[in-house]
Order: sequence, then C-alpha cells, then structure tokens
Amino acid sequence: MSHLLEVRDLEVKFALRSGDITAIDGASFTLDKGERLGIVGESGAGKSVTGFSIINLISKPGFISRGSIYFEGKKISDYSDSQMRKIRGNRISMIFQDPMMTLNPVFTIGFQMIETLRAHQKISKSAARIIALEKLKKVQIPSPEERLDQYPHELSGGMRQRIIIAISLLSDPAIIIADEPTTALDVTIQAEIMDLLQQLCATENMGLILITHDLGVVSQVTEKIAVMYAGKIIEFGLTDQVVHTPVHPYTIGLIGSIPGSTAPGEELRQIPGMMPTLSNIPPGCAFNPRCELCEPICTRETPVLEEKRNGIMAACHMK
Amino acid sequence: MGNNMEQDLKMNLEKPLVSINNVVKHFDISGGLLDQLTFKGGKPRFEKTTVKAVNDVSLFVNKGETLSVVGESGCGKSTLARVIMGLYPPNSGQVLYDGQRIDNLSHNQWLPFRKKMQMIFQDPYASLNPRKTVRQTLEEPLRFHNPKMTAAEATDKAAEVMEQVGVDPAWITRYPHEFSGGQRQRISIARGLILDPQFIVADEPVSALDVSIQAQILNLLMELMDKRDLTYLFITHDLSVVQHISTRVAVLYLGTLCELASANDLFTEPRHPYTRALLSAIPKLGEKRAKHIKLKGEVPTPVHLPTGCVFHGRCVYADERCAREVPKLVKLANGSFVACHGVEENRPMD
Repeated sequence: MSHLLEVRDLEVKFALRSGDITAIDGASFTLDKGERLGIVGESGAGKSVTGFSIINLISKPGFISRGSIYFEGKKISDYSDSQMRKIRGNRISMIFQDPMMTLNPVFTIGFQMIETLRAHQKISKSAARIIALEKLKKVQIPSPEERLDQYPHELSGGMRQRIIIAISLLSDPAIIIADEPTTALDVTIQAEIMDLLQQLCATENMGLILITHDLGVVSQVTEKIAVMYAGKIIEFGLTDQVVHTPVHPYTIGLIGSIPGSTAPGEELRQIPGMMPTLSNIPPGCAFNPRCELCEPICTRETPVLEEKRNGIMAACHMK
Repeated sequence: MGNNMEQDLKMNLEKPLVSINNVVKHFDISGGLLDQLTFKGGKPRFEKTTVKAVNDVSLFVNKGETLSVVGESGCGKSTLARVIMGLYPPNSGQVLYDGQRIDNLSHNQWLPFRKKMQMIFQDPYASLNPRKTVRQTLEEPLRFHNPKMTAAEATDKAAEVMEQVGVDPAWITRYPHEFSGGQRQRISIARGLILDPQFIVADEPVSALDVSIQAQILNLLMELMDKRDLTYLFITHDLSVVQHISTRVAVLYLGTLCELASANDLFTEPRHPYTRALLSAIPKLGEKRAKHIKLKGEVPTPVHLPTGCVFHGRCVYADERCAREVPKLVKLANGSFVACHGVEENRPMD
C-alpha cells in the first residue's frame, strides 16, 4: 500500500560561495492519513528545511540534490512550479511560527481567506465567504462573523494562530506541516492550539508533520518522531518508545537536559559542547565530538539509520 | 496589601535581602495631545492611556534562595524586575535592599547598590555590545566601580570570572559575534558576576537557548549560586525550569500577584485557579496529554484592567464578589499566599 507521503533519501544542499553545504543528508520517512509525525532537533538541525522541501519552498541558493518525494503515489519532487502550486497550500498546507508575520497586516481576515480560496478554486466571493466562516467555526473562534471583517492587529496571538490554521484548512488539505506553531505563544494558549491540531487530524483524517524543538509538545501530540542532528535523522520510531527508551546518545542527552526529568535542584544531565555548524561537520558520526561512547570507528565511518530495538531506528555504531 | 504578609515579615527572623512593598508601575502611552483627544457625548476631552504593568505587588526574597516570578507574556514580570533594579522608578510603593530603601535614591547614592545587584538579560545577542571586546565588556564595570584598580588586576579578575563561567580566558580579545548563543550567555553571566554581587536578577536567561545549551547554563547558574552564595530573582515563563531551580515561586497575572508559595507546594498543590490552569498546560515529556484546564475568554489588556479580581473574567469559579472586590493576599495553613476569594471562602474547586 502506498503511503500518503513518502520521502526517500532526501538531500538538500545550499550552494554558497565557499562551496556546497548539506542541510539535509539522506532523510527518509513516511506519513499516512490521520497520522501525526514529529520532527525534533535543535536550531540548525535541518527540521524546517525538511518541512520546506516537501512542498518545494526552498529558495536559492538551496536545492534538492538527491532523493524523491511521493505524495498520494505521485512523484511531486519532479513537479514544475505551476504543478506544485496546485498542491502547495491546497493539498499540503503549512503553518508557520509567527502568526503576525504570516498574516498580511493591511487586509482583513475575510479578504485573506477568500483570496486563498479563489486562488485554488473557481468559486464566487459569497460562496468563499461561507466556506471561510465554516472553517473559522471549525477552529473554535468566538464570533467568527465579526472576525472576517477584522484586521490581524485586532486579534491576540492565540487567535491569530487559529486564523492561520483556519486558512490552512480552507481547501481541505491532506497534510498540514506545522513549523513551530506555538513557539511564540504562551503555555496556556499552546495547549489549546495543540488540542485543536490533534482534534482536526482525527476529524478531518489529515496527516500532520509537527516541527518543533520542544520534546514535551511532540511527545504529547505525535505518534511517530524523527530526531534530527546536523542535517540527519539520527533516530526514528514510535513516540512512546523513543521518549521512554531512547537509543541514540544524542536523544538520551536531549531528554536528560530537560528540567523535570531530573529531581529539582539536582544537576541536569548536559551534553557537552554544541551542535557543529553545517559547514564543518566532523567526519564519521556528526555527534562524535560530544558523545561519551565515542570509539575510533565513530570518527571514521558514518553510521546508517537501522533498526536497533523496540522498532526504533537509530544511526549509531555503539548501540 | 494584606496585613498577613507584613506580620509574616515581622515574624520572619531571617531578614529578607530584598523586599518590595505595594509596588505600582504604570506607563503613560497616550502620546501627544492630539492622540489623547476623544469625543464623548459630542464633547471633546483629553484622555490619558496608561498601561498598568504592575499593580500593588509585595514580595520578599530571602538570602540564598531562588525566587522565581512566573506568568505569561505581558503579566509585568520583567517590569517588576526592572523596578527592583532601579531601572524604572515605581509610581508608588517601596523597594528595600537589606532593610534600606533604594527606590528613591539619587544616581550617586545608587552606585554602591549597583555593585551588589546585577542583572542578566534574555537575549545574549542583544545584551552584549557588538563593538566591544569581551575584555571591554568585563573590565569597564570593574574599572568604573574600582577606580584604583590597575590594568593587570582587572585582567586577572576578568580571567578568573571567565574561567568560572566556562569561557576560555584566552578569548578575552574577541567580539560577541565570534561566540555562539550559549557562550554569549556565559559572557553576560560573567559580566553580571564581575563585581561580586550578592543578588542577581535573571530575566529569562535561558529562553533564547536550545535545550542542551539551556541545561548547561542552568547547571552553571546553580553551581555559581553554591560557590558564591548568591541570591536569585529568576524571571521566566518556562515552568519546568522554575520547578527545577526555585525555592519559592511567585505567580503574576496582569500585574497582580496571584500566588506565592514554595516551589514544592506550588507544583504539588496549586491553589489559585490561574496557577492550576497554568500548571495543567505544561507539556510533560512522555505523558499523554492530560486534560488541561481550559480558561474562558482572552487575556484582558493591562490598559483596561478588569474590576475586582483581575482573573474573574476567565475563571470558572468566579462569582459576583470576584467581579466587585479585589481579593487580598491571604496566608494559608501551609504558608503559601493566595489572592482568591474562592480559596478564601473554601468554594468547591475541582
């Protein structure tokens, strides 16, 4: 059976004056209908580039240098710009971090929603308005009719993010890619938005790719999880398994560094050093300079992602 | 505010290092005369718009403890920190350091306190001067506060502090852009420590950092506290950080203190309805989402504060008294302070 989305051996490079750097190095994963996948990692790990590359939003000097992306059985990585435009924002929608940056401040919410709908469908303005209203109700916005005539600055951050979600739902997408959707929001609002996304995946049978640095959020919302480090997926598996019995030393370290996994006042488990910049990734395993299990083989050979235990895939020589 | 807290202060044998009493800080944002002009009932009037950032807050920080101030964006936690540090003068109320009133001091009278109280800011990209080397950043306060210090002594001192915060002293000639975010935060911690202060106000010191770097900085802050007998006032919105490092926690909502309790009591038995909602919303690793408490409505703006309890519009337990009367901070049996009519009247809450 073919998957809703399948990413095979994706490699994304950025052509810089100093030479090409590899932002994503051989990422593979799948997503099915109604499934929720989390991509976690620290800043610069390549999470967002992964999300962007699925809908081919990578702008120059970046380019997909290898690998393929299949959506509903079709190879969308070969699509032309105009073919891609029929999928982007229509069948696969994306939600970004900052709701103030995503909404145009000089147009009303209604104008922006109707414009989006009419870009993808032949539909009258009044019919579009009805759909817009229905989607606003779906994201549980109070008094949706008034909102249509309001401008983004009149709404709070949480409300704006709900509007963005409503916009992304306009054409009943099969997949939503959410890139740090709640990072700019307060924790009580974050909980509401996450509830909403989770609920929508179930009722609309949508696939969700949640990109975030927050392991806590990922562990509550998603079923599968991919941990990225320096452009590679270094651990992949069911969220419950990965969170409770992580395999890769980086994932173990990352989970240990979260306050709350250690008794209050105790020293937190910390990973020494920091993630290498993409332009000077060490040879062998990219994590080797920070790894306490490092052996000579780790500095020579790059480990491949393979099944270790409990169905968890990890890229590590030592496990 | 409540006599309870004043009594508590009197009974407190340990004199608090810092205490603030009934501090109010409002900002006038009305702008020019034309901006203030409004028409009511056909008649022109001038109306001032004020942001009521901090409203009648009283707190004390004991020597050697970490008091965390938590709350959502716009609740006034950073304003409170800046009032304590003397960066904003309060509209009314007092700030006391070691029993001495400091909020009404002149610039020169402030100087000895500046050596004792230092601040660490959130964004290490914005808080370090990009045109100054680490040496200039660290030595300037030293030379200013100790005019007799020789250049060699200042360099030694800077090297010693850099070593303590885990930055190689050989990098003293570098500029901030040559460092990563975590290292920059270490340098701004070094700048905070260079005068050997007793009291540190840390305003979201780890919020801009990745989680593995955040753990390194939190460990460093806890280690320095032990080594140097520091007292921290820790401002943050991240409740798991708060649970990890605090002795006591103050919860702010719309510039008003809702609850003040020991970290242990607050996280095991939160009393104020807002604290409960806040705690239930923290995503916990590996736990399936427990039902978080949903709040009604939206956060009101600090320009138009609600009457009575500032939280009543969003509280499911609120009644008519909450809309009318501002709740006082009362002391509970376990020593926590809570400002809530519902808790006071033992209204059933679950």
